[in-house]
Amino acid sequence: MIGQDKALIFEMSRPGRTAFSLPDCDVPEIELAELFPQELLRENSPKLPEVSEVDVVRHFTELSRRNHGVDSGFYPLGSCTMKYNPKVNEDVAGLIGFEKVHPYQPAETVQGCLELLYKTDRMLSEITGMERVVLQPAAGAHGELTGLMIIKAYHENKKDFKRKKIIIPDSAHGTNPASAAVAGFDVVEVKSNENGGVDIAYLKSLMSDEIAGLMLTNPNTLGLFDTGIVEISEIVHGAGGLLYYDGANANAILGISRPGDMGFDVVHLNLHKTFSTPHGGGGPGSGPVGVKKELVPFLPRPLVELGEGGYYLDYDLPLSIGKVKSFYGNFGVVVRAYAYIMSMGAEGLKRVSQNAVLNANYIMAKLKAYYYVPYNQRCMHEVVFSGQKQKEQGVSTLDIAKRLLDFGYHPPTIYFPLIVKEAMMIEPTETESKETLDEFIAVMIQISEEVKNNPELVKGAPYSTIVSRLDEARAARTPTLNYAQLCDCNI
Amino acid sequence: MTRYIPNTDADQSEMLCEIGLDKIDDLFSHIPESVRLNRELKLPKPMSEMELLSHMGNLAGKNKDTNEYSCFLGAGAYDHYIPSVIKHLASRQEFYTAYTPYQPEISQGTLQAIFEYQTMICELTGMQVANASMYDGATAVAEAAFMACSSTKKNEILVAATIHPESFEVLSTYSRFKGHDIKKFGHKGGKIDLAELEDNITKDTAAVIIQTPNFFGIIEDLKGVSELVHKNKALLIISCDPISLALFKSPGDFGADIVVGDGQCLGNPLSFGGPYLGFFATTKELMRKMPGRVVGETVDKNGKRGFVLTLQTREQHIRREKATSNICSNQALNALNATIYLSTMGKEGLRKVALLCTQKAHYTYEQLIKSGVFSPVFDAPFFKEFSVKYNGDVKELNKKLLTEKIIGGYDLGLSFKGMENTWLVAVTEKRTRDEIDNLVRKAVSL
Repeated sequence: MIGQDKALIFEMSRPGRTAFSLPDCDVPEIELAELFPQELLRENSPKLPEVSEVDVVRHFTELSRRNHGVDSGFYPLGSCTMKYNPKVNEDVAGLIGFEKVHPYQPAETVQGCLELLYKTDRMLSEITGMERVVLQPAAGAHGELTGLMIIKAYHENKKDFKRKKIIIPDSAHGTNPASAAVAGFDVVEVKSNENGGVDIAYLKSLMSDEIAGLMLTNPNTLGLFDTGIVEISEIVHGAGGLLYYDGANANAILGISRPGDMGFDVVHLNLHKTFSTPHGGGGPGSGPVGVKKELVPFLPRPLVELGEGGYYLDYDLPLSIGKVKSFYGNFGVVVRAYAYIMSMGAEGLKRVSQNAVLNANYIMAKLKAYYYVPYNQRCMHEVVFSGQKQKEQGVSTLDIAKRLLDFGYHPPTIYFPLIVKEAMMIEPTETESKETLDEFIAVMIQISEEVKNNPELVKGAPYSTIVSRLDEARAARTPTLNYAQLCDCNI
Repeated sequence: MTRYIPNTDADQSEMLCEIGLDKIDDLFSHIPESVRLNRELKLPKPMSEMELLSHMGNLAGKNKDTNEYSCFLGAGAYDHYIPSVIKHLASRQEFYTAYTPYQPEISQGTLQAIFEYQTMICELTGMQVANASMYDGATAVAEAAFMACSSTKKNEILVAATIHPESFEVLSTYSRFKGHDIKKFGHKGGKIDLAELEDNITKDTAAVIIQTPNFFGIIEDLKGVSELVHKNKALLIISCDPISLALFKSPGDFGADIVVGDGQCLGNPLSFGGPYLGFFATTKELMRKMPGRVVGETVDKNGKRGFVLTLQTREQHIRREKATSNICSNQALNALNATIYLSTMGKEGLRKVALLCTQKAHYTYEQLIKSGVFSPVFDAPFFKEFSVKYNGDVKELNKKLLTEKIIGGYDLGLSFKGMENTWLVAVTEKRTRDEIDNLVRKAVSL
């Protein structure tokens, strides 16, 4: 029941109740004792729930009702591109010919899968201005890691072992420095200038023969297109470094500007953002990596190729960094992205970016009288406000975010990028109508009024959700991470 | 073409007017001319929904699927039965169209499901804490090795030669760049060679990685391993098949420090290799070194139970380059499939799946050996997968079986020198006696 504590599936368990249906064993059975030494066998079955099928269905249906998805309502979560996930793409990904195919089946029995991977590579290469795109990485951060490994392998192949540093802007996603560290690089931070772009003079001062490359998101996390990109590219390349494009914000540039043409050597895309595949509550995603021609030999293997006998997997890549994931990536996610591109075409994709940028600028224009805009210039697909005016009145950005929940909205990304105080990053995406934006704008204005006239109301929000504000400090202080610990705590 | 974009021309004009611009292109006028794409992207003509369905149907139709073919291929991805309820429940939009549960008040569904998932993984593996999942089993192995190196402050990883070749390759890629050393130790009769492990382990060893059932399908005997590993102040990492844990002692029982594996077999379709999930469990002691998302229980301000993402100070969005990992997602939807699967199978059902696999695999083994065309490779206990030597060419055998609508076993010669014409055969609960008898008949007659 909404409003009540929801039982855990373990709390619903009753000995002897079952939800499974399995056939009887149709082969002659052998005693386990004859097959395995006793010391290998488990004494008691794992304590999994004992519930009926109806229990399972009601339980997970009830859990789903305690969630908010894109289909539930507006989800302007900055940097996450929460666009609508087309239903037909779910249907095609569920086709038996895609879903019930084993990854090690012989090539001649998986020609459809291989063709789809090959064509997705070709289309994403065209969209990004790259030579080849590999679909193996499972997520954006995984793509970053893969791309950085490729950069390292490229330098090392030239016997250039000194390049151990990666430059990353202070406005970057946290995954950038984390991925650089996992790839074995040291991180050097470059400051942003007063327009939110890379500080060119500062960048120049960082360059040396120890710099392997620069990671950049363009438009950056402030939602701004860094117009210094041509110069940045010259500086980095001039010093022997490579340019990495974090594709988190690619929804702003489809058919408008390509990373390859901006001078980037390596790019990752987030199929779960730009190419409409569902986020799944945190995954699965897909983070394909594209590279310029001279970096192709270093791509993870295998690559899909087209030969006389059809499509095949090419493992014969001596300079490849190796594998970064089992098999060929999150194939089911790639199917959805392929279907999306086939539905949109070139003109459709361009319209995506035009409307994503239009919607964000519209929100900025309508709200800037109420919320401070730290970088007051044309934005791209997302707009970053600061709640500092409201903070001065005693109400934080967190309070505003929680208050939005009462109006049925998922709040924007908050407290990111780190270089903006009380940041609120709003990304409406192209799949929202003007009416939806107008309603949201009206609510944001109403909340700004509440901050002035009734701050306690905002600070106490939310009021309409299943649970009110949760004690996150308590969760971290005394972690209770499963039901067994919960029972211990309760005793 | 624009059914996903609601703005009409009139809307656009009105909005541009509010912004103070004339036309759409003005939104991009600040982008330097030299980096603008002044042509249309070269992509296929857009398709209507009808055209798309027909196109995708044709593509899918070019593949042979495991509904039409009997699948005896495993090697890390398994054709287990997926109960109907899973797709119905996981297809609820509130689950699959949601983002990471950063706003817990409107994400209790995802959060509670992950809490339940973490509980089930702990129960199966015999460990104290589990995270919300990783990309897959192979990357979970690599992350576990990293965690061991960072928590022991050592650099060397000893890996059993019998782990999945893909896990080994992913681990090698990760380690090469991070600068960790990897050493393999061999097997004796298909099982880890304890003497060789003993010879190779030193005080510089950060972790020992063992898979059970191993790539050959054999259940490893882990007795004595943890003492040896811990004596050298290293961590024991076990990669395992979660379904096998309904029947066999858990890695926790054998003193493992980190337990990982691939959760595909728990209600996730084969889907040509992904998306799957990797599970990751460890001890309470090592909890704060763990990579990935974790959900914990707490209360709201009225004292009501709720769930939140917790221990986030380990993670990249706070710690940046000092994070325990760069991972910032989990395979939430696949973990949800696993949670619904384990809820549906329950205590009795999972054991029954494991027993059916065991019986059918052993029956298949016996029949193949009895035929005289196949001979034993190892004399060691196995679960749902086993290795046999064929007295002909395994590649030819698999090719011919395809014409009989059978997907044959994995050719171990592809991954292991000296194992040419050795067949790794997987038999799940889905294979009927008729299918097995047919496999044996066809394999023998070819």
